[in-house]
Amino acid sequence: MELKQDPQSTNGNRVTGEPGKAGGATVPPLRRIVIESETAPIHVSDAVLTPDAFQDPNAGVLIDQEAESVWVEQRMRTEALSIAYGGKVAVNEVSLEVNSGEVLALIGPSGCGKTTLLRSLNRLVELTPAAKRTGRIMLDGESVDDFDVTHLRSRVGMLFQQPNPFPMSIFDNVAYGLRERGSKRPRKKELEPIVVDALERAGLWDEVSNNLSHPALALSGGQQQRLCIARSLAVSPEVLLLDEPCSALDPISTAIIEETIVGLRSEVAIVIVTHNLQQASRVADRVAFMYLGDMVECGAAGQVFGAPAAERTKEYIGGGFG
Amino acid sequence: MTPPSVNPPLSAEEPAENPQPPKRRPVKVESSWSIMDRIGLGLAWAAGVTLCVIAGAIVIYMAYKGLQYVNWEMITTAPEASLDQSASGGFLDPILGTLLLTVIGILIAIPVGVAVAVWLTEYGRPSGLARAVESGVEIVAGTPSIVLAIFGLLIFQQSFMGLFSFTAEGGAVFGRSFITAGVMMSLVALPMVIGATREALNTIPRHVREASYALGKDKATTIRRVLLPSARSGIATGATLGMGRIAGDTAIVVILLGASMTITPEEGPGGLLRGTGSTLTSYVYNNSPAGEGNAPEKAYAAAFVLLLIVIVLNALVGLIGRRNKPQWN
Repeated sequence: MELKQDPQSTNGNRVTGEPGKAGGATVPPLRRIVIESETAPIHVSDAVLTPDAFQDPNAGVLIDQEAESVWVEQRMRTEALSIAYGGKVAVNEVSLEVNSGEVLALIGPSGCGKTTLLRSLNRLVELTPAAKRTGRIMLDGESVDDFDVTHLRSRVGMLFQQPNPFPMSIFDNVAYGLRERGSKRPRKKELEPIVVDALERAGLWDEVSNNLSHPALALSGGQQQRLCIARSLAVSPEVLLLDEPCSALDPISTAIIEETIVGLRSEVAIVIVTHNLQQASRVADRVAFMYLGDMVECGAAGQVFGAPAAERTKEYIGGGFG
Repeated sequence: MTPPSVNPPLSAEEPAENPQPPKRRPVKVESSWSIMDRIGLGLAWAAGVTLCVIAGAIVIYMAYKGLQYVNWEMITTAPEASLDQSASGGFLDPILGTLLLTVIGILIAIPVGVAVAVWLTEYGRPSGLARAVESGVEIVAGTPSIVLAIFGLLIFQQSFMGLFSFTAEGGAVFGRSFITAGVMMSLVALPMVIGATREALNTIPRHVREASYALGKDKATTIRRVLLPSARSGIATGATLGMGRIAGDTAIVVILLGASMTITPEEGPGGLLRGTGSTLTSYVYNNSPAGEGNAPEKAYAAAFVLLLIVIVLNALVGLIGRRNKPQWN
């Protein structure tokens, strides 16, 4: 079974990271290896350590087949990004690329800094007064610090662990981001096509088309989360950050959300933080494994799950810790 | 209560029925309580029941006394100055006075209270100032209303406050009017509004705020469009509680609303607000054996009506609290 890396991807199968001394624990030094995707296709059967959960050959392949038809382009980039809370380093010198046309999954044990990294991309981490950031974050070649923060956040949307629609109607929820942008409040008629489009893209339109004026909090948890996706999409973001978006949902809702995520990646760059490795393998094109603030490994999903280069990744994927 | 002797035979039988005895020991509930715990439980239970009995007694006694005397005519006629109880009229004006004063007080308390609560919850910087504001709210909440009333009179009798009440020919400012009493009454309701609004804002999860920020909204928009609508039922609960406090306060009325039993508007614009009057509380006080009127029957009737108003307000609090409260997971 061949897992072909998309030739457009500039980030390829890359393993970065320095020999770690994370959390005082001695970990074996990492080999720095670069696998060129065209020249070195990875065979799942060759994987050194393949947990049972990832032996379903369809998961990776399906996505990679689709990926060939998707235009991959860099949207965001972090350069030696470090974030500390007080004296505690949560993210340590992480360099990462976020591309449109693919889903990037951040995995790692609790407290490894993946959510902090995600929240730094739309500068939400600044809401924590103790947080201190060094290093650069670029959006389309411009530093995010040069953006007006409200403008940045309308270009980099976010979805949270818990569905959190606002206590207003379904329509008003989706229109929320579009309203109050300038001095002139757009009329409902002007907003309607955008709202309908966003709900369609989030896969919710069929279920709510007849009751747009109903309160959003009366929807089911899965519908609420898709409404939150629609709410983010309505402001046409270039990047969508998902912070464990299915952790509060049942398996059926999770499957629908995952389908929505995979469907969206051709238009929006998606970064998803997840604890669920199977979910990461189902939706992600590229996977970054973090451990105690370090970016241990970042590469194509098939490579990270099939043939992880770093010992720590192997242990995590194999259930060694976490 | 299970006597301790019942348990040993039970546990002794079990191995016979079941070859593998369960590892869990038989649970003794009451018998493991110490005597002090039992006394404590008994006292707590008795205190609760006593409170119920007292509340029931108040309502039943006031209903018994009030219903005996209250009638439609009493509610719909104004008080008359007369030593004869049959000719001293009803208490329409005090009812209207109670309503008017409550509305004035709460209309001032809601915007101020909500603003303070929003600042404390959402901004609260510098923290020293926030602590000072919190202490200020606690001091206002703890100040007896008679002290507020005297303080209000001190303020509103200043000549530059002449706008708010009757000014005598010599230039002396009376200081007593619906508006001056309403301003001080708002201080009685303010802690209720602030407390309930803060509680409502604090129950909104942080990620709901962040969801608004993540859509490119600033703090002011988030507060106005997401947080305050979410806190609506909390604000309404606080306002209703505050209205109950205003309707039931006597000291501010006696000192700041003037001594007339009827509503007496001043001349000129806003005359009603600048005029004096009475409320059900001051009417009850004046007609009780301790007051000038000494018409206990009417005092009972008015007290019953006042109790009804406050009970209705409390019932509204319960209703509002249950309804329209956004629930996030």
